[in-house]
Amino acid sequence: MYTAQMRELIKKVEKTRPERLGVDFPRMTPEEREAVLSEYHPDYSDKGFRNIKVGVNKEAKLPKELADLIEAKSRLEKEKIDLNQIDYDVDVLIIGGGGSGAAAALEAKNNGAEVLIATKLRFGDANTMMAEGGIQAADKEDDSPARHYIDVIGGGHYGNKPELVHALVNDAPGIIHWLESLGVMFDKTEDGTMVTTHGGGTSRKRMHAAADYSGAEIMRTLRDEVHNKGVEVTEFSPAVELLLDSDGKAAGAVLYNLETEEYCVVRAKTVILATGGAGRLHYQGFPTSNHHGATADGLVMGYRAGAELIFADTIQYHPTGVAFPLQIFGALVTEKVRSLGATPINIDGEQFVFPLETRDVEAAAIIRECYGRHKGIKTSTGSLGVWLDTPLIELIHGKGTIEKRLPAMYRQYKRFGIDMGTEPILVYPTLHYQNGGLLINEHGQTKVENLYVVGEAAGGIHGRNRLMGNSLLDILVFGRRAGIHASQKTKDITVKELSLEHVDFYHKSLSENAVQTDRVSPMLLPHYTHGREA
Amino acid sequence: MSEKEMVNVYILGKKYSVPSSLTIMDAMEYAGYQLTRGCGCRSGFCGACATIYRIKGEKELKVSLACQSKVEDEMYLTQLPFFPGDKQRYDVDELEPTAETIGKFYPEIYSCIGCNSCTNGCPQDLNVMQYIGYSQRGDLEKCAHESFDCLMCGICASRCPAGITHYQVGLLARRLTGKYIAPPSMHLANRVEEIKEGKFDTELEELMNMTTEQLKEAYNSRNIEK
Ligand SMILES: Cc1cc2nc3c(=O)[nH]c(=O)nc-3n(C[C@H](O)[C@H](O)[C@H](O)COP(=O)(O)OP(=O)(O)OC[C@H]3O[C@@H](n4cnc5c(N)ncnc54)[C@H](O)[C@@H]3O)c2cc1C
Ligand code: FES
Repeated sequence: MYTAQMRELIKKVEKTRPERLGVDFPRMTPEEREAVLSEYHPDYSDKGFRNIKVGVNKEAKLPKELADLIEAKSRLEKEKIDLNQIDYDVDVLIIGGGGSGAAAALEAKNNGAEVLIATKLRFGDANTMMAEGGIQAADKEDDSPARHYIDVIGGGHYGNKPELVHALVNDAPGIIHWLESLGVMFDKTEDGTMVTTHGGGTSRKRMHAAADYSGAEIMRTLRDEVHNKGVEVTEFSPAVELLLDSDGKAAGAVLYNLETEEYCVVRAKTVILATGGAGRLHYQGFPTSNHHGATADGLVMGYRAGAELIFADTIQYHPTGVAFPLQIFGALVTEKVRSLGATPINIDGEQFVFPLETRDVEAAAIIRECYGRHKGIKTSTGSLGVWLDTPLIELIHGKGTIEKRLPAMYRQYKRFGIDMGTEPILVYPTLHYQNGGLLINEHGQTKVENLYVVGEAAGGIHGRNRLMGNSLLDILVFGRRAGIHASQKTKDITVKELSLEHVDFYHKSLSENAVQTDRVSPMLLPHYTHGREA
Repeated sequence: MSEKEMVNVYILGKKYSVPSSLTIMDAMEYAGYQLTRGCGCRSGFCGACATIYRIKGEKELKVSLACQSKVEDEMYLTQLPFFPGDKQRYDVDELEPTAETIGKFYPEIYSCIGCNSCTNGCPQDLNVMQYIGYSQRGDLEKCAHESFDCLMCGICASRCPAGITHYQVGLLARRLTGKYIAPPSMHLANRVEEIKEGKFDTELEELMNMTTEQLKEAYNSRNIEK
């Protein structure tokens, strides 16, 4: 519920609303975009980063919190693990039970492989489940994979790997078709036409959605299918280290049972890392929209095993995280809210940015409004935010639109006494997505033989900035591609003796490079106390 | 909202003093728990954090999502981290979108006694009994829409005297609706065909070979749909 003081400020938004309705705010020029990014985007602040001293990407710049985990010791340093005691012996091991892992599992199983999914929390407790806005695919008449390609690569600041973008956009319609055949309920008109909207940086309306439960609808369908196909899933069993064989090829992992606190050994012919993002590292002190298990474990384990990082210094801050109320601080307000017509507004009731710039630009503009131009709104918790004028949606599309097309958002605010159909909401950027990750090719392969990476843990697809709706897409495109490739490949593989030598080697290189630390990683879970010590 | 205002909560019967501004989930962490069970998305999407509570002195048993609800003074709470619901295996390609299909896998829907405990227990405020009713009658599309916002937290099933696993019924109805009842998307099917025929290959090939300067030009001059 808003305080009396906040209600006063809302009046200014209401006052200017009629003048703003139907008036387009100009997009920024390329020069203006550059300027706001370099001055206000957190990626451009030197304070948040440092260069790492070990591994394939020695000297590379990483967010400090990630660098700390990369320059840390294995959880197994002091453990005696008997690698001859094999608990699971499978063809394909998939680490991570989100959307990318599920997609990979379905294809690998379909190819006749014996598959194991090992995941940290429950199967589906994942960023995929939380995606609200939708998934991109160029399937309308006036759209094409080529238009999609240009949007992706321009949005990514031209750093994207061309072959990955090609795979992404050309597979996209097939992915939607596949989901439709599995029974995913996309928003459609009566004749079957997909209801599509713009996302930040798109040149065509190609965002497909299932209300604002898009990720949940996809995740629960894939999970159901994985169960139907009889794939084995082990929950509360995060991987803590990859296993290589005596030839240095990926050959399994050591899992840790979070409940019995025991380790177990998985031998596999191929390994697919599908561990997702890193929001819970709270880079530069930002709140996050991510799930509880988004702690960059895959990056840490893959890097130790010799896989290469790319664009790991590019982080996506979603322009609109919840700034108020405190209880859901940092949670996501989907971009679809802006796709449907809501616009950011400052304390004086003025619009200050086109609502659908690419995310990095939009976020930087909101930070500038708060800290550069001092036109943010102070919340009762002391933090700053700007208004997102959600009642505009109902004026544009009719009363009841929010409840119908954004039921999750509506419910999220309603639970705390705010009706976003009649009152604007307060937002500020939140740590949302890791644009980079471990470098892959178009089959999801890394440079470590038999090690694949898919989903948010992978890098190169989106360059330095991902557009909305291209992540749900990429996790399925590359999840399926890797599932197919990794299972096919098992036919020619005999695993040699399992080994953790690469971990010893990594420890040695830490000390050789004067990294003295008693930190251990992967982190597995964040630790919160909500100010108890204070 | 003062951080200092404290309330008493009883987690699994044990008393803790926590700030009144916290969610139930945050309050558990404040109390010293490191959550594995009972915590997934922290945003109201995954259903991991279903919580059952009673305020001391009140008769009513209430439910909520720990990540989406504030603590209250004198709250006695427990979580439902797992529920042994019944999930049937099926091949969705072989099914028909009818009441018989649902009845074959989940015949217990016909044992519903109309007590409405499921609906009363839903933290999403869905009309659970209603959607089970739709499924009994074979109105799968209505069942699908009525159950669409379900997080599969399991509270409904935990309260059902007839042993129905409502959320699995809803899921099956939604998959059948998405696959068989909703009209297929023709423009999508056409585009998939065009891609198979290689219609866009040359254009994409050209883009892949462009220099950054050429791509910049293409990006900055691209035509944008209103
Ligand atoms: C709130 C929110 C909204 C979003 N909205 C959209 C959107 O509208 N459109 C879009 O395209 N994208 C969206 N995204 C981004 C997108 O949802 C994610 O990037 C994507 O789903 C990631 O999929 P994934 O399979 O790679 O990872 P996840 O779905 O996160 O799955 C990773 C899994 O691996 C598990 N795991 C982690 N570490 C380990 C370990 N050590 N061992 C075993 N398992 C482990 C995790 O617990 C998790 O289950 C959104 C993201 C968030 C957070
Ligand atoms: S933790 Fe996912 S709904 Fe609460």
